[in-house]
Amino acid sequence: MGSSEVAVGSAVDVEVAERLRIADREFDSRLFVGTGKYPDNETMVEAIRTSGTAMVTVAVRRVDLDRTQSEGILFHLDPEEFFLLPNTAGCYTAEDAIRYARLARAAGFNEWLKLEVIGDETTLVPDTQATLEAAETLVAEGFNVMAYTNDDLVTALRLEDAGCVAVMPLASPIGSGLGIVNPYFIREIKRRCEVPIIVDAGVGTASDACIAMEQGVDGVLMNTAIATADDPVAMAHAMRLATQSGRLAYLAGRMEAREIGIPSSPTRGMLD
Amino acid sequence: MSDPGNIQVQVNGKEREVQSGLSVHQLVEFFDLNPLLIVVELNREILSRDQFKDVQVSEGDAVELVHFVGGG
Repeated sequence: MGSSEVAVGSAVDVEVAERLRIADREFDSRLFVGTGKYPDNETMVEAIRTSGTAMVTVAVRRVDLDRTQSEGILFHLDPEEFFLLPNTAGCYTAEDAIRYARLARAAGFNEWLKLEVIGDETTLVPDTQATLEAAETLVAEGFNVMAYTNDDLVTALRLEDAGCVAVMPLASPIGSGLGIVNPYFIREIKRRCEVPIIVDAGVGTASDACIAMEQGVDGVLMNTAIATADDPVAMAHAMRLATQSGRLAYLAGRMEAREIGIPSSPTRGMLD
Repeated sequence: MSDPGNIQVQVNGKEREVQSGLSVHQLVEFFDLNPLLIVVELNREILSRDQFKDVQVSEGDAVELVHFVGGG
């Protein structure tokens, strides 16, 4: 794998641009990745390493006592190497999400949590009311709650008020690969919230990650786009570059878009 | 016929017959699991790892043995 850092002699320092602080912790990458749906564990670990991520999500599930499925993920993923972000995926009520969160914390790694309370089985969009309710309880219990939510400004502001350390609006439904369906509201959420904003879910390919970062958000979280690519390791590398690229483009300040052509070459000095 | 020295407990949603008098630690080992990599919930109460050896499993208990798996 070649270096993905671009040497730039400009006001925007790439390494500094990459650094992200959430709560009391600093991360060296703005790309967060999931660990589900990989064809095998070796590919997962290689893809995660290649992505350069500083935080990986994991889910809490019953151990399969009949051993028809593979062992827990910690047989493959070293928690010393990757900062674990347990999620409450699959929970449909605040009560369930709180239960899963407490189980995750009891594993003994950290107090961080990706809070996710689903409200609709077809689209997997969050139940924002239940998310807020669970967030209030879990923040009071000392969790660092990163809340998965809709691209809804009012909910984002309320989650921030509830004490979430990051708010994570969806780009589009989980696992859909539809990209950002509402960039305007992603920008507005970023403009109005003070906590870091991580676009979570819906990224399909590298351009989606880049577009997400170009909106000025602090990071992007994805799983399916990497795990189910034909070559997950190559896609992980593409996502790393796209996330960096989008961040740099945002910091560089894009040109104004105009619905008219404006010549790039001088109009004067043309031959008669 | 169930052995009189055994008890019925529900583990991960399934009825299981185990030896009576087992500690949670022994139950975890019975299923060949590493106690450091799992979390135990006994009748909806999470047990800390230092309780595993002290707490006994009783007839009718509901035990959940959970761990981290891949997810997004």
